Amino acid sequence: MQGNYFAKRVGQALLTFFATVTLTFVLYQMMPGGPAQALRNQILAQQMGSSNTISPEQIEQLVENYTNLESDAPIYVQYFQYMSSVFLEFDLGESLYEDATVTSLLAERLPWSMLISVYAMVIGYTVSIVLGAVMAFKEKSRFDSVSSVVVIGLNSTPYYVAGILFIFFFSIRYQFFPTGGRVGLGIEEGFNLAFMQSIALHAALPILSMSVLGLGTALTMRGNSVRVLGEDYLRVAELRGLRNSRIATQYVGRNAILPMYTQFMIGIAGVLSSSVIVEEIFSYPGVGLLVYDAIQVRNYPVLMGSLIVFTLVTIVAILIADLTYGFIDPRISAGGNNE
Amino acid sequence: MSNERPDDELETLFDADIDREPTPRSQRLKRQFDLYVVAPARVAMTDWRAVVGTAIITIFFLMGTVGVWLVDRPTSGDAPVLEPPFQNPNYILGTDTFGQPIGAQLIHATPDMFRMVFAGAVVSVGFAALVGILSGFLRGSKIDTILMSITDIIITIPGLPLVIVLIAIFQPRDPYVIGVLLGLDNWPGLARTVRSQVLSIREESYVEASQIMGVSTGTILRRDVLAQLMPYITVNSALASRRIIFESVGLYFLGILPFTTFNWGVMMNIAYEGQALSRPDMYHFLAFPLLTIFLMSFGLVLFSQGMDSVFNVRLRARHSSTIDDDGGPEP
Repeated sequence: MQGNYFAKRVGQALLTFFATVTLTFVLYQMMPGGPAQALRNQILAQQMGSSNTISPEQIEQLVENYTNLESDAPIYVQYFQYMSSVFLEFDLGESLYEDATVTSLLAERLPWSMLISVYAMVIGYTVSIVLGAVMAFKEKSRFDSVSSVVVIGLNSTPYYVAGILFIFFFSIRYQFFPTGGRVGLGIEEGFNLAFMQSIALHAALPILSMSVLGLGTALTMRGNSVRVLGEDYLRVAELRGLRNSRIATQYVGRNAILPMYTQFMIGIAGVLSSSVIVEEIFSYPGVGLLVYDAIQVRNYPVLMGSLIVFTLVTIVAILIADLTYGFIDPRISAGGNNE
Repeated sequence: MSNERPDDELETLFDADIDREPTPRSQRLKRQFDLYVVAPARVAMTDWRAVVGTAIITIFFLMGTVGVWLVDRPTSGDAPVLEPPFQNPNYILGTDTFGQPIGAQLIHATPDMFRMVFAGAVVSVGFAALVGILSGFLRGSKIDTILMSITDIIITIPGLPLVIVLIAIFQPRDPYVIGVLLGLDNWPGLARTVRSQVLSIREESYVEASQIMGVSTGTILRRDVLAQLMPYITVNSALASRRIIFESVGLYFLGILPFTTFNWGVMMNIAYEGQALSRPDMYHFLAFPLLTIFLMSFGLVLFSQGMDSVFNVRLRARHSSTIDDDGGPEP
């Protein structure tokens, strides 16, 4: 059963990735006038400033380099070529504006975005799980009602609004944190304290504003804990004279966190996606800012490549979560059917 | 409401067999109205979240309908530039860098916002309900497997980047189209939950009874399953709306969506680009749109939570006293 589940999940992940790459191919074809025409316009617009003219054959060659699409071949051949270059050569095309492949651009930026999103997820979910549990233990107290309103309020604040407010208060008013960038100027790169500190300072505000995304979970956690607290097995545990800490973690915590699993999965995708907006606000040069800049100049290969890589990261994250989840909750790996 | 269903089915069966006079349409409408509008409203009155949420949404609704009609559409140069707020009764919220009153801009941005939200909520919730109900009811069949695989695939594709790519390619200007695009990445999670709801409703005895009686699947889906799901769908429409507001304002704020008319995000963009954060005389230009988005989504979240508690509480039958033949005890 275990192996079956594993195979099913991996197969699903592969299928998803395949579907995404197909989708980007379809999107290329759906571009007004087809990919060649759309890119030709971009290339011509780019050439406007310089005096050198460009022949149609050169454009054809450039289009093929940039997108892996040979625009005069029949569609199924194009599809096959596109898929094989993405899957077999890991080639996502070339950026229209920089002299670099999309893959290298993304590889350079991705770790920085991962840094922010992972910390944002961890902070957002930890805070909301602890808060939700405490709220449930003190159900109907003043603490519970006040923090419920606060959480609803925070939940109604878009993360970019939180970001703007953070910049305003912490960077402009009180200057605790820098307003943008990922490391300070003139700091020696490498494994030294100043460099680390600078990274942490620059990442702090983006992480904080993104962790606002996960806060709605506190209410779910509260609801789950309240329900678990009313269960019979909890009374049995109390009657058995188990320590409070054991009841809190193994009985309440575990059973309350498990149903939040799906939400957490979707959260991975959400946090990564939001980096486009957050990184632009904090001018933090990660993948999100790369996408933002690509939109401004219609750098299609970079846009499509980012979509593929974003999906890949999400798929891998969900796959890992999915496979390890079986260890936490035996019901899942046994049934393999998490309705 | 569950206790009413089997009787209804029996009634229709008997109608067909004995040719009895059917319940008059007006009576039926009145009953439906009582069940779905009056009774929940009465329960809602006791929940402060539902009251406040509904009040906020109503205010926004009035802004978008009556407000647009009462307040003139602002044009540049209407008023002095960067008038501070709460000084001049003509422009209570002050004016922006082009001399347009901020309050009027906020009001005139509302109708398009509602169009966007409407389109997005209809697409996401409609899709989710359709896919969820269908695959839940056909559990284990090929269609179920296919629908759920598609759902799982779309759950995994990060929605916002996909929407951004679509926007970058097509540059949509119509609020309905933007709403549909934003709604597209919203449905899979909901579809999964609807499916599991349908699976549990299917196990209920009255649905089984209908099946044994040979009622067609379509009728069962419509009368039994959909009716049970309505509360769930209402709550999620509010949450979907909130998400669409978040995303569309965010994309306008970044300048990714093409500027067409007044929009809270566009105002934020202009203010932010104008360095409003470090210019005290521009604070209000940025602050009021921010506050508006916060209020609107606060209203929607409160509304959805209030409705959730309203629908979950099994008090509804007690409150629907106007229905005379629905007085049977709750099962």
